[in-house]
Amino acid sequence: MDNPKPIISIRNVTKRFGSVVAVDDACLDIAEGEFFALLGPSGCGKTTLLRMLAGFEHPSEGDILIGGQDMSDVDPNKRPVNMVFQSYAVFPHMSVARNVGYGLRVTGVPAAEIKERVGEALALVKLAGYEERMPTQLSGGQRQRVALARALVKRPKVLLLDEPLSALDAKLREAMQLELVRLQQSVGITFVIVTHDQDEALSMADRIAVMDSGQVRQVAPPAELYEFPNSRFVADFIGKMNLFAGRVAGAADGRVLIEIQGMDRIAVPYGDQARGEIGVAVRPEKIRLAPTPPTDGEIGLRGRVREVAYYGDESHVFLETAAGVITANRPNAARTTTPAVALGDELWASWEPADTLVLTE
Amino acid sequence: MSEVAIPSESVVVRRRRRRRATPLEYGRKRWLQIVLALNFLFLYFPIAALIAFSFNDSRRNVTWQGFTFKYYEKAYNNAGLHEAFLNSMIVAGTSTVVSTLLGTMLGLALYRYRFPGRGPFEGWVHLPIVIPEVCLGVAMLAFFAWADIPLGLFTVTVSHIAFTIPFVAVVVRSRMAGFDESLEEASRDLGANGWQTFWSVTFPYMIPGVVAGALLAFTLSLDDFVITFFTSGPGSTTFPIKIYSMVRFSVTPEVNAASTVLIVLTLTLTVTAMLIQARTGRKIDTHG
Ligand SMILES: Nc1ncnc2c1ncn2[C@@H]1O[C@H](COP(=O)(O)OP(=O)(O)O)[C@@H](O)[C@H]1O
Ligand SMILES: [Mg+2]
Repeated sequence: MDNPKPIISIRNVTKRFGSVVAVDDACLDIAEGEFFALLGPSGCGKTTLLRMLAGFEHPSEGDILIGGQDMSDVDPNKRPVNMVFQSYAVFPHMSVARNVGYGLRVTGVPAAEIKERVGEALALVKLAGYEERMPTQLSGGQRQRVALARALVKRPKVLLLDEPLSALDAKLREAMQLELVRLQQSVGITFVIVTHDQDEALSMADRIAVMDSGQVRQVAPPAELYEFPNSRFVADFIGKMNLFAGRVAGAADGRVLIEIQGMDRIAVPYGDQARGEIGVAVRPEKIRLAPTPPTDGEIGLRGRVREVAYYGDESHVFLETAAGVITANRPNAARTTTPAVALGDELWASWEPADTLVLTE
Repeated sequence: MSEVAIPSESVVVRRRRRRRATPLEYGRKRWLQIVLALNFLFLYFPIAALIAFSFNDSRRNVTWQGFTFKYYEKAYNNAGLHEAFLNSMIVAGTSTVVSTLLGTMLGLALYRYRFPGRGPFEGWVHLPIVIPEVCLGVAMLAFFAWADIPLGLFTVTVSHIAFTIPFVAVVVRSRMAGFDESLEEASRDLGANGWQTFWSVTFPYMIPGVVAGALLAFTLSLDDFVITFFTSGPGSTTFPIKIYSMVRFSVTPEVNAASTVLIVLTLTLTVTAMLIQARTGRKIDTHG
């Protein structure tokens, strides 16, 4: 990225467990002060990569640099990073204050300073006044704050968080997403968060690395990832997507001509070279539905409404077309209970050529 | 059943309310209750009788003559019993300390490490639990004879250490099965070294298991007869063996009194162990 000073450099890191390749030749630079997310389906190697940063696993190949320093011979307790575990790992036999102060006590920080820093850390996570509580007397969300405070009190260069919100209920999760972002901005520490939840990654992170079976597939800011995915996997994994199989029929002045089974040939703006079999994709919210064919320049497709899924704020319309079933999102802008689209309606779906994605991978 | 006399309609109603007992509601089955009661009778009647007759004001153990504490007094003033009790305490105390230390380390090693031959090793550790005590006693005796170690308190203590270690190891090991290893990782992550992590995170979690193992070792040692019988020598008579030798002479209420003391002692220790385990277990296990 444009920030020239990476706090973390992951260089061609591979991790094998026996015959399982958990992380496959990963390369990543994470900038100082960044809120970075590792996103991917379960089992893709996110936790393994994070644990290598913390020092609990060692790369089979490749190097990890933190703050410019090679970490291969540095034990977990000597690394300038701290981790918030998925299970929180709050020490059950210690009070909140002793939990938070633990990392300072074991490294010989004077008692007076410990007291002060624990107080600050607890205030930061809004747990002031809970000092003497035992973990059993806390809710899941509060235990997580203890784990956060316990890591932050160490003033690490990087805070690692493994699925920190997955154990919380939906409302609390949303609140914590906002709070984590605010916290990160106020302390200015680099956050690396692991998640399998794309909404979480999109809403919180400055940059996201999408992983799939051990490989880093794309690294980009949320909007770029959403609007310009570089592969069928990323396009499909992030948000909802209508995917078609297409063939390049030619190219002319910055456009490619694509043939899709069941559609007229379409012309899509595309800068790079493309040939042969490709993927063509368009987001459901970019598609408009109308009873009449689209005006000039738009791509249109006729179909019959097969299903309508109502979500309150919007409805997802499933349209049966010659090119397959496509999904279009309609915002429920008007306050009415009469559906704007009914089953069996014959409609035209249309979108701008510029909203069409060409996926060569 | 008395329900026969009730008009048929209400019988139906009643039946419905009183649905059949499910397999787990064994308490509602009459015949099961009887079996249970008989079991308790068989188990506890001899013990109850033994305790009751320790208060019997008679030289013979057959008829109830009146309540007295005098046999407790007699037992208390019996120098042989006194010495035997002291021996038992020394043996049980020493062997408990050593076997708790070794057994805890063994249990932790079995939980923590994967090493070649671990399976057979674990089986071998459990062997003293399943080997008949007689064989163990004979083996010990043969070993001490071969090594030319005179029988006495030392040999009894060593034997007790040997046969209680596996029990401690098993208890500690099963306690560790519920341990969340990310606690140790969190400790390392926060800057603690291995030693600090063990003493401030792992060990506090182990304590209930260690205490339970220690109390188990103590009670096992305190009331062990067979192994002690083979390995004790002159002057190292323990409490159970002394009681046995008194019984061979004649069963007097004095024996009852001494036995009652032993029962109360082991019962107290066992209940304490259970209470400690239940309390700390509740405190720690409800987390996460
Ligand atoms: N300690 C381990 N031993 C063997 N295989 C492991 C170990 N840790 C992770 N794996 C394997 O590595 C792969 C990636 O795991 P993980 O990093 O936990 O994925 P994620 O966090 O993305 O769900 C999985 O196939 C998992 O089974
Ligand atoms: Mg994971």
